[in-house]
Amino acid sequence: MEILQLLIIGLSQGCVYGLIALGFVLIYKATEMVNFAQGDIMMLGAFVAFSLANLAGLPFVLVFAATLLIMAGFGMALERGVLRSMIGEPPFAVLMLTIGLGFVIRAVAGAIWGNQPRALDSPLAGGIVEIQGLIIGHENIAIVVGTALLCALLYLFFRFTRLGIAMQAASQNQLAAYYLGIPVKRVFSLVWAISAAIAATAGILVAPVSLIDPLMGFVGIKAFAAAIVGGFGSLPGAIVGGLVIGIAEQFVYLFLPPGVSEVSAFILLLAMLIVRPEGIFATLQQKKV
Amino acid sequence: MRFVLKTNYGQDVNLFLHGGQRFWYGLLLAVVLLAPLVLDTFYLGEFALVFIWAIAGTGLMLLVGYTGLVSLGHAAFLAIGAYAHTYFLTQGLPFVLSVPLATMFCAVVGYIVGLPALRMTGIYFAIATLAFERISAFVIEHWEAVTGGHFGIRVPDATVLGSNVDGPVGFYYVCLGVLAVSLLATMNLLRSPTGRAFIAVRDSEVSAQSMGINLARTKCTAFALSAAFTGLAGSLFAHKIGYLAPDAFTVQTSIQLLLMVVVGGLGSLQGIVYGAIFLGLLPQAIAFARDVLPQRIAEIPGLEPGIFGLILILFLVFEPLGIHGRWVKIRTWFDEFPLYRKATYKRQRSYLRTERVR
Repeated sequence: MEILQLLIIGLSQGCVYGLIALGFVLIYKATEMVNFAQGDIMMLGAFVAFSLANLAGLPFVLVFAATLLIMAGFGMALERGVLRSMIGEPPFAVLMLTIGLGFVIRAVAGAIWGNQPRALDSPLAGGIVEIQGLIIGHENIAIVVGTALLCALLYLFFRFTRLGIAMQAASQNQLAAYYLGIPVKRVFSLVWAISAAIAATAGILVAPVSLIDPLMGFVGIKAFAAAIVGGFGSLPGAIVGGLVIGIAEQFVYLFLPPGVSEVSAFILLLAMLIVRPEGIFATLQQKKV
Repeated sequence: MRFVLKTNYGQDVNLFLHGGQRFWYGLLLAVVLLAPLVLDTFYLGEFALVFIWAIAGTGLMLLVGYTGLVSLGHAAFLAIGAYAHTYFLTQGLPFVLSVPLATMFCAVVGYIVGLPALRMTGIYFAIATLAFERISAFVIEHWEAVTGGHFGIRVPDATVLGSNVDGPVGFYYVCLGVLAVSLLATMNLLRSPTGRAFIAVRDSEVSAQSMGINLARTKCTAFALSAAFTGLAGSLFAHKIGYLAPDAFTVQTSIQLLLMVVVGGLGSLQGIVYGAIFLGLLPQAIAFARDVLPQRIAEIPGLEPGIFGLILILFLVFEPLGIHGRWVKIRTWFDEFPLYRKATYKRQRSYLRTERVR
């Protein structure tokens, strides 16, 4: 029973990692940029939701929609304002740039909302469901269900819409896509918008579990580990990687001395990189000489 | 424009190309040597810190600027160097023995960590180093017998040849000497086959491998050397802060080190020193700005990292070659006065994935 309980908590924690990792992978696949600020965008999304729900007092459904829109706009603005000039630059420069962005977003959030942790007024928080002795919080169910819905939505989007297919094309070859009349720059903007909206979803879903504060974006580092364990550049891989790390953390917490669980994600990552560097779902190939 | 007519092979070996360089670097050396005569002890301490950053920067520049591998975890080597040095000192080893031992220890750790790294490129490597940094921080926090855990550990006073070097003047000279040796060693290394292999790997792994360079070994060597220099800086840093605790070495320290080499100018040794001066002066400048700015802004928590991030962004977007790159541009402008072409230093962009498989 205890094992099952841990599995469920790990599952919901893993979904959060997976959602953030999904944002990384989406941007990486489409633009070959590595967005280190994904966790901080999630934090910003949570704070926006906090402002709308607690300070403006809007109903939750409206808060959810408005937050997604605002954050999508933010993601787009970020791409237009800062990252567009970096198209074609070495990946390392973009990585550094997004690390810098993360610091700036954190400082700005600290300036606006202060550093003390806040709780979001959310109907998803508080309640529990009991199934044959298993105790599951509403927020955990919300995270798992929300992730599943989002994944399904993304799958349909990439599989069946013109825009989704255009995004796939741009991710495979920017120049060829451009020749075929795909507005590559606008597609990039939209990818950033979607990715920021996913991050905001993760922020809203995780807010009842861990309080909102400017440093909550550091979860992003673990999500990075998740993305790599799953195979960087694979969308299902991101979710699977997140689940693996989320569940592993819970079990390490139970069976190993305290503190190890905090670094278990990184140990797993290093082990993965040594054993199978391309991840569970391999997409990256190396040029052989 | 200055052209150097080479009349014997010795001129190819000289570290300095012409008399002008020899004169200016000689003057710089004289100034830093005589500085303790005029400067206040506070400024000497600050300069010593700048030297320490520059030594660490040498290590990171070798890796990032010359081998093209980005490490997000170099604070780990700073920490390992500092703790190892302190441990050796408390075991009764003299300073002159303990520093090289700590450096060697870091090199060995770097080599071992670098071994799996040879299977990775680019972003994977960066994340792996970040993971290594977190794990090493965890070990430092929990290995209380050696590191003192959360409570930290006091760094014993250091003596060289019977005289205490923990005083500001002595410490200043020790740091200066170590920095000079590190820079000279790096200059020479970069002209050796090993150094040239580093640069070849940075520019194109595929062509480097085609030329018969053992990629794995070269990357491992670069990482070990880089770790050694950073560990050397760490052992001096221990004396600078006097009391080691885990929160002195965080992810932010790694990012600061990276900021230093980017701002200074990737791929140039002068850039290390510019970056170190920048990194050393910035906290002072921010502290000063806090007094001047209105209270509402000055009290923002996390203002300092925020400004660090902003500067990093501005440099990457507007001057990716860093301070040194800007200086080279200005010099070229004067050299070629009315004929300066803006496109001389234009950045090369690559839009195809195949172009980016290097």
